[in-house]
Amino acid sequence: MPEQRAEQRLFFTELLGLKVFDLKGRTLGVVKDAAIVPLLDPVRVDRYLIGSGAAWLTVRHDQVRSISLDGIHLRDEILTPYHSDEYMLRVVRDLMDQQIIDAQGRKVVRVTDVTFEIHPEDGGEVLWVLDVDIGLRAIFRRLVQGVLPPRWIRRLQGGIPPHSIRWEFCNILEPDPQRRLRLNISNRLLEGMHPADLADIVEDLTPEHREAIFENIDSEVAAEALSEVDPNIQASILESLETGKAAEIVEEMAPDEAADVLAELEQETSDEILEEMEHEPKQEVRELLEFKEDSAGGMMNTEYVALPETATVEDAIQALKSNEELMETLNTLFLVDSSDHLTGAVPVARLFLHDGATPLRSLAVETLIDAPVTEQQDRITELFDKYNLLALPVVDEERKLAGVITADDIISVLREK
Amino acid sequence: MWKRFRYQIAIFFAVLGPGLITANVDNDAGGIFTYSQAGAKWGYLPLWTLIPITLLLIVTQEMCSRMGAVTGKGLSDLIREEFGLRTTFLVMTALVLVNYGNIVSEFAGIASSLELFGISRYISVPVCAIAVWLLVVKGTYRSVEKIFLVSCSIYVTYIISGILVKPDWEQAVVYSVKPVLMLEPSYISMLVAMVGTSIAPWMQFYLQAAVVEKGITAKEYVQSRVEVIFGCILTDVVAFFIIVACAGAIWAHGPRDIKDAADAAVGLKPFGQYAFFLFSAGLFNASFFAACILPLSTVYTVCEGLGFESGVDKRFSEAPVFYWLYTFLIAVGAAVILIPGFDLVKMILLSQVINGVLLPFVLIFMILLINKKKLMHEWTNSRFYNFVAWTSVALMIGLTMALVALSIQDMMRA
Repeated sequence: MPEQRAEQRLFFTELLGLKVFDLKGRTLGVVKDAAIVPLLDPVRVDRYLIGSGAAWLTVRHDQVRSISLDGIHLRDEILTPYHSDEYMLRVVRDLMDQQIIDAQGRKVVRVTDVTFEIHPEDGGEVLWVLDVDIGLRAIFRRLVQGVLPPRWIRRLQGGIPPHSIRWEFCNILEPDPQRRLRLNISNRLLEGMHPADLADIVEDLTPEHREAIFENIDSEVAAEALSEVDPNIQASILESLETGKAAEIVEEMAPDEAADVLAELEQETSDEILEEMEHEPKQEVRELLEFKEDSAGGMMNTEYVALPETATVEDAIQALKSNEELMETLNTLFLVDSSDHLTGAVPVARLFLHDGATPLRSLAVETLIDAPVTEQQDRITELFDKYNLLALPVVDEERKLAGVITADDIISVLREK
Repeated sequence: MWKRFRYQIAIFFAVLGPGLITANVDNDAGGIFTYSQAGAKWGYLPLWTLIPITLLLIVTQEMCSRMGAVTGKGLSDLIREEFGLRTTFLVMTALVLVNYGNIVSEFAGIASSLELFGISRYISVPVCAIAVWLLVVKGTYRSVEKIFLVSCSIYVTYIISGILVKPDWEQAVVYSVKPVLMLEPSYISMLVAMVGTSIAPWMQFYLQAAVVEKGITAKEYVQSRVEVIFGCILTDVVAFFIIVACAGAIWAHGPRDIKDAADAAVGLKPFGQYAFFLFSAGLFNASFFAACILPLSTVYTVCEGLGFESGVDKRFSEAPVFYWLYTFLIAVGAAVILIPGFDLVKMILLSQVINGVLLPFVLIFMILLINKKKLMHEWTNSRFYNFVAWTSVALMIGLTMALVALSIQDMMRA
């Protein structure tokens, strides 16, 4: 059975140069390219482009009676001359040797060959795109294509392990937005990926492809991915985007990360982006931008939960409920007096061990460790190491709580060294 | 105003690296030998070639870094996308062969420079091979680049040893600008060798990839161009001092042929331990430095062109071709040096021949690519620049072909 399935496959290297016969078995020409029209059908080869003499002819998929290694037999002879069509994704021109994103393997790969399945349809035969081939086996096929007979190639390649990506996991890269629409390229696959994986992929792409992705994906996904991208590249991406879109993305980022990114930009550009942002995040980011990058102020973020000293466990739980978006990473609550001076820190886990009426004051850690906004980066990492901290509150000159540095910030700092 | 200026300076240092490193690796073991030989045999006469060589170097290097900055793609990627897999495969195969020859000559440089300090090659070569392998596999791009930049600064040893020899500065200056042409075959072959070693296919691939890796964009390209030009000039300043040192130390007391770069270092001995020491240390530094860059640049180029997973941040199982080829190039490159009675000269001549065959293709591909509007937008060559580029390329091809002919002749004789 597997043998028969293999017979129903056809590689693009085999399709290329295949003879096309008319009803009487006369040769009309050879296949020069194949085109998919994704708006009509995302997997079916819609047209075959046939070279005969100087001109190219177009064969529609429903004009084909049979396809095999021996050639393409037609069932209809009314062929039209080829003219360039914006809705066509042409295999030779747009796919072969180009980079695409493998959304399942989460990396950027280069197309070496394409595998089709020969499929019966309405009494004729059509090709469905099955896989995009990369790796050694496809390279071998390309190198010997036209040198050895196709059946020999099939036999010889058996010894090389195949390496393919299913067509449905392929995300084609196209910088031109008009053409993206015509080719029906969506970012659904990219939006479903983990932001950190998407960030890795973006780093591997060229500037124009990065721009195309960030221009089109959902701002929230874009913000998460952008936070994970190398700072150098972050800046060049934001600079390439329209100010409006850039502001939308920056708004979605955590304020400390937004401030870090904006600090990398030229003053003018970062002012323009800030101008476009909504009021509330803009204020926070502006304030954070004032601090030096390698000081406590520059490292901290302003996403924390602070409660009055007099609050109880019940109040704390209420406060947490209204700050649900912080829950994934939050591990410490802070206590402040009536004029916002920092007075204590409460590990979130302790809330679960006490009933609602317990005052938070009694759950606070014995020694409160904090740092002034001007503290040096090296000193901060030392504090984290020495006291095994998960979060460190940062206070301004008047000892008012200004922000918090978390362990993940420290990891990034250490990784950069 | 000051802020603007500071930003410019910051960008300059941010783009520092690719051009400087490429240019310095150019003065590798083979380069140092060629320049030493030129100085030892012909004294100050060959100095005039350095200015035209610098210009040729700038024209080709500038195009690569521009392509890298504008397209964000490596040269092998662009060749693959525009000229297809078969062409890429041929270019890559030739590149691996040429670079392998170069890697062998770097390890030979390591062996002979450390033997001057009394360290046996059976110790120095394996230790350095392992060090090279570890440095790249265990280091990060940033840390490795820093080490390389330090290594670049060690080239200053050549300048100092050149001064210590107390050459005839008046002659050195005169012959730097006064072309001397002679129809003596060995003089012509020396000139050809000087141009031939100064520009190699791997440099184009390495420089463009490094520019991309560094994330330099079309916007920062102005600073990057300055860096590339600066690097090219520095390379030839170092070459100048090597020639001057050998002219002052060897040629002045009796012109002769030297058998390798270490021989030149020995020739400096009468001028004090320092001159000798600095020249040998410089040779070791240059060989080791190039031995780090060449294998790495080769595998990156090949893997990217053929679409294999690459990168030192990948694990062995994720990028097997990358790591195997890398390990193979270093291990086999170093091992050859340790085979007693191995005909090294023949091997280096052979790699020079393949080098000469490959270079024209690479340069022509470069000019074709850089003139594609689709890739380069408004950054294509101007008509004047194209004229300069084609002329340079034609000149390079002519000279390289002459070098190929000479190498083949030498091989027949050897």
